[in-house]
Amino acid sequence: MQQFLDTTLGGLVLGAVYAAFALALCLIWRSTRIVNFAQAAMAMVTTYIALSLINVDVPYWVAFLAAIAAGFVLGAVIERVIIRPVEGKAELNAVILTLGLFMVLHGLTALVFGVQHRGFPAPVSTNAMTVGDTSIGITPFGILTIVVVAVVMAGLVVLFRFTDLGLRMRASAFNGEVSRLLGVRVGRMLTLGWALAAAVGAVAGMLIAGGDLVNPAFMDPFVIYGFIAAVLGGLDSPIGSVIGGLILGLSLSYVTGYVGEHLAPLVALGILMLVLLVRPSGLFAAAAARRV
Amino acid sequence: MKLTERLRSLTRPVRSVPLARHLLVGLIAFLVVAAIIGSSSQYLQTRYAEMAFFAIAAGGLTVLTGLSGQLSLGHGALMAVGAYAATLVLERTGGETLADVFVALLVAIAVCAVVGVIVGVPAARLHGPYIAGATLTLAVAVPRLANQWEFLGGEQGLQVPVPRAAELPVWIQDLVWFFTAAEIDQYSFLAYLGWFLLILAFVALANLSRSRIGRRWRAVRDDDVSAELAGIHLGRARVVAFTVSAMCAGLAGGLMAMNVRLTAPGAFTITLSLTLLAAVVLGGLGSLTGALIGAGVLAFLPHFATDLGESAGLSATQAAEVTPVVYGLVLMLVILLAPAGIVGSLRMFLARSSLGQTKEKTT
Amino acid sequence: MRNTARRAVQVVCVLTTASLLAACGAGKERPSEDGTAVGVTDTTIKIGAHFPLTGPAAPGYSEIPSGHQALYEYVNDNGGVHGREIEMVVKDDAYNPTNTSAVTNDMILQDEIFAMVAGLGTPTHRAVVQRLNDDGIPDLFVSSGSLQWGDDPATSPMTFGWQPDYEIEGKIIGQYVKENMPDAKVGLFLQDDDFGEDGEKGARQFLDSQIVDVQKYTPGGSTDFSPQMSSFKSKGVDLVLGFNTPSYTALSQIAAQGVGFKSKWFYSNVGADPALVGGLLASMTKGKIPAEQGVKLMDGMMTTEYIPGVDAPDDEWVKLWQKVWDEYSKKGSEKLTNYRIYGMSQAYTFVQALQANGKDLTRESIVETIEKEGASFEGPGLAPFRFSEDSHMGISGASVVELKNGAAEPLTPVLVTDIGDAPIEEDDSAASDAPPASGLPE
Repeated sequence: MQQFLDTTLGGLVLGAVYAAFALALCLIWRSTRIVNFAQAAMAMVTTYIALSLINVDVPYWVAFLAAIAAGFVLGAVIERVIIRPVEGKAELNAVILTLGLFMVLHGLTALVFGVQHRGFPAPVSTNAMTVGDTSIGITPFGILTIVVVAVVMAGLVVLFRFTDLGLRMRASAFNGEVSRLLGVRVGRMLTLGWALAAAVGAVAGMLIAGGDLVNPAFMDPFVIYGFIAAVLGGLDSPIGSVIGGLILGLSLSYVTGYVGEHLAPLVALGILMLVLLVRPSGLFAAAAARRV
Repeated sequence: MKLTERLRSLTRPVRSVPLARHLLVGLIAFLVVAAIIGSSSQYLQTRYAEMAFFAIAAGGLTVLTGLSGQLSLGHGALMAVGAYAATLVLERTGGETLADVFVALLVAIAVCAVVGVIVGVPAARLHGPYIAGATLTLAVAVPRLANQWEFLGGEQGLQVPVPRAAELPVWIQDLVWFFTAAEIDQYSFLAYLGWFLLILAFVALANLSRSRIGRRWRAVRDDDVSAELAGIHLGRARVVAFTVSAMCAGLAGGLMAMNVRLTAPGAFTITLSLTLLAAVVLGGLGSLTGALIGAGVLAFLPHFATDLGESAGLSATQAAEVTPVVYGLVLMLVILLAPAGIVGSLRMFLARSSLGQTKEKTT
Repeated sequence: MRNTARRAVQVVCVLTTASLLAACGAGKERPSEDGTAVGVTDTTIKIGAHFPLTGPAAPGYSEIPSGHQALYEYVNDNGGVHGREIEMVVKDDAYNPTNTSAVTNDMILQDEIFAMVAGLGTPTHRAVVQRLNDDGIPDLFVSSGSLQWGDDPATSPMTFGWQPDYEIEGKIIGQYVKENMPDAKVGLFLQDDDFGEDGEKGARQFLDSQIVDVQKYTPGGSTDFSPQMSSFKSKGVDLVLGFNTPSYTALSQIAAQGVGFKSKWFYSNVGADPALVGGLLASMTKGKIPAEQGVKLMDGMMTTEYIPGVDAPDDEWVKLWQKVWDEYSKKGSEKLTNYRIYGMSQAYTFVQALQANGKDLTRESIVETIEKEGASFEGPGLAPFRFSEDSHMGISGASVVELKNGAAEPLTPVLVTDIGDAPIEEDDSAASDAPPASGLPE
């Protein structure tokens, strides 16, 4: 029972991080119909920027904000310089482009910061909390992770549902031509979509790194698991992304705890295939229009 | 002038039948390659052998992605299947003779054909980012199976027995001696074998893409709706493409196992799948020549880039990171500046300049 | 028109490729000198090794080659061995067996090394053992404690171990736990390869009934061990035996804190470097614990020791290593670490073997020398080597120690044994060997 509880709590925290990542992918998909395979690498870069600041005694939360800002700028620059030329072209081009970006960011970070493991501090304790005499498998930092992801998700829902800016972003993604006619500056909206997504990714990077060791490869599993989480929920739905993330986090935690760590990617593959075969556009996608 | 006309008319039957033409080009290519391999150092022979198996895998991938328009980020996983299949066969047969080697490779191809169908059927229903993600997951998940089953050797992998040169049939030893004046050894054997199979595979692929099947693939790639209206079974065409491609990956995996002499999950990283894609995109999607050039880059660039990094004053640790940066930059630059790849761009350039010439003549 | 153009392109491509290949291939012949072995001249000996310079196993291990290089430079500056200077090629395999195979190929065919010395890692080195033995290349003093380097000289006549193997380490740990903590509920934390397997085999000889849970990890796989630690916690484990590499010691500690799992910890020598692991742990508590005090986070952990380390600066061997390191480290700012000491100690054994071999050096003669004289080499090892014609196993024992403030406090004298049922005996004789005055093997 104790183990089940601990594994579940661990899975929830893991799931929250996957959810944050899936949210970022979802934002980009909504704005430019591109899956950004460089997402994890971008978040890794911003996390290293934060670590460098922390190592020269900048307070943690200032570094946290700096990472978000760096993500925002990085996302905007990448969209403007690299992604803009392939928007609206063959899907394959964008996929290959972001994969290339992934390799470049990865290698450059390793060149600049080195490949060794480094400890990354956390703002609150990473020791298990205790209830009465028994300790339970969740740390204050884990709770912080869940709270931050919930706040980010709520913020995005508010942005898209209830603000003018969100409406314009949705319009640009939905139909660029018409939006342009209606006076929406579509290009700017797409850049904003990438920038927001990279900022969310940066938050996820900080949450993953806190109280753990980082090296340039530390985000690699998230290239895949973040993507699976996003697809589970349907790439279009922010809420779906969060739920997809939680499902994946819990499943992988149970598999690692009860069966064996090496089976985690296989189980993830199994879940992905099952969902895609039953609902090819994800669990929470609006009824997909059948293509002719 | 007259002589060349005569020659042309003589060779017309060969040139007009694609299979005959491909076989002839293949034969000449093999003789040229064999001469080069025979006169190279053992070190270069291992590089050539590496280039050969990369080229076979890239050839399969370029047919899949370039001709039938399906993306696969999971070809590393298919190579893993081929490598494990070949290794398990070699373990049982001892791998001493040429027959053992071919049996192992055939089994690798057959197993991959089956896996190709299994993966290809669901993959045919997916499109765009979904197939990218599914195949990427495949690339990560499949090698982990080795940790699940004892007989696959776990993280440490399986040793691969390779034929000793002395066990090879005498006629091969004589043939090699006759042409290159050098004894065949393990390294040159693997290089000859790799290039022989590479050329065979490319002749087969070139033929396939000129055939009705190839035309169907192109139709599906260019406009699936019209293709379906024209009576082409979309799913079937895609599954066939995936299976053909998987068979190439299986053959490449089997050869890789013999070259590396170890089959372990660590060999089949995401990076392997991505660099294969890089090779295909760099050479030019859909072009076999492009796949060959891309594979050459894969086999020679890492050493070159690492040396370059070291001579630029980077430590060995840092120099190891130069290669992926170069791969990534190449991928991005090709997509941004020359989406048709090296071969495609060259073709366009030549087509343009020959058009220019005709114009000049007419005016 | 289009067809002609296409054919022209094809021809051009084939020709360029062919001529490029020809340009690469032409003219390079393998130099082979008569009379001497590959990689050996009258003035030089070229050796090579694979190490993880990148990736999760790199921290710590990537420092070992610098220890080798410092000692070789010291030897070279003092006239070399029989007039020959030692040159070492180091290649990165990122702890990935496939890379090991590729870089070993390069070292054999391109760098043309005389011998592989100190190639690191159980899964990695296993990939190339057969190749090295097939080609008759000496494969000396593997940096790993797997049994396979030494227990079967008939199959691998060129391969020699160096450090105590994981089975005898497992036995020594097992016996200590059984005698001193008979009520402990033991959980095993194992690397999922021969490293973990051999250690488990040794420990089970004594602890079979005390082991209540076994958890494994894949190097390069997930780095979150909370599920494994939860499992230990739920099974009531109160002593963890870890056969893992150093980064994973830190990661298991982090995960244990995260799930609130409290236990005694006993890491095998490989994963228990106080300076490295303590430094990693301290950097996560930025501001709360200064890095130099990180070693305190390791207080109370148990491990084994078979060569003197940085925590014993007054040891004669450590004094020698310090002197050599101060003089020959490439980057003066870097400190002497236990990994560099490990490298220098290994290098010392290799120099000893070359010295004992005499001027006529061949690949066969070095193997023969180590088989005949290796057991009497006096070096920094606390226990003697087991080298003979029937065994290529390395150092034969270790002592159990407890970490306090980064220093190892012995809990037992040196315990010497061998694989299988061999009894464990106390034997301090080799521990008192002192280095020769010159610092060079005689």
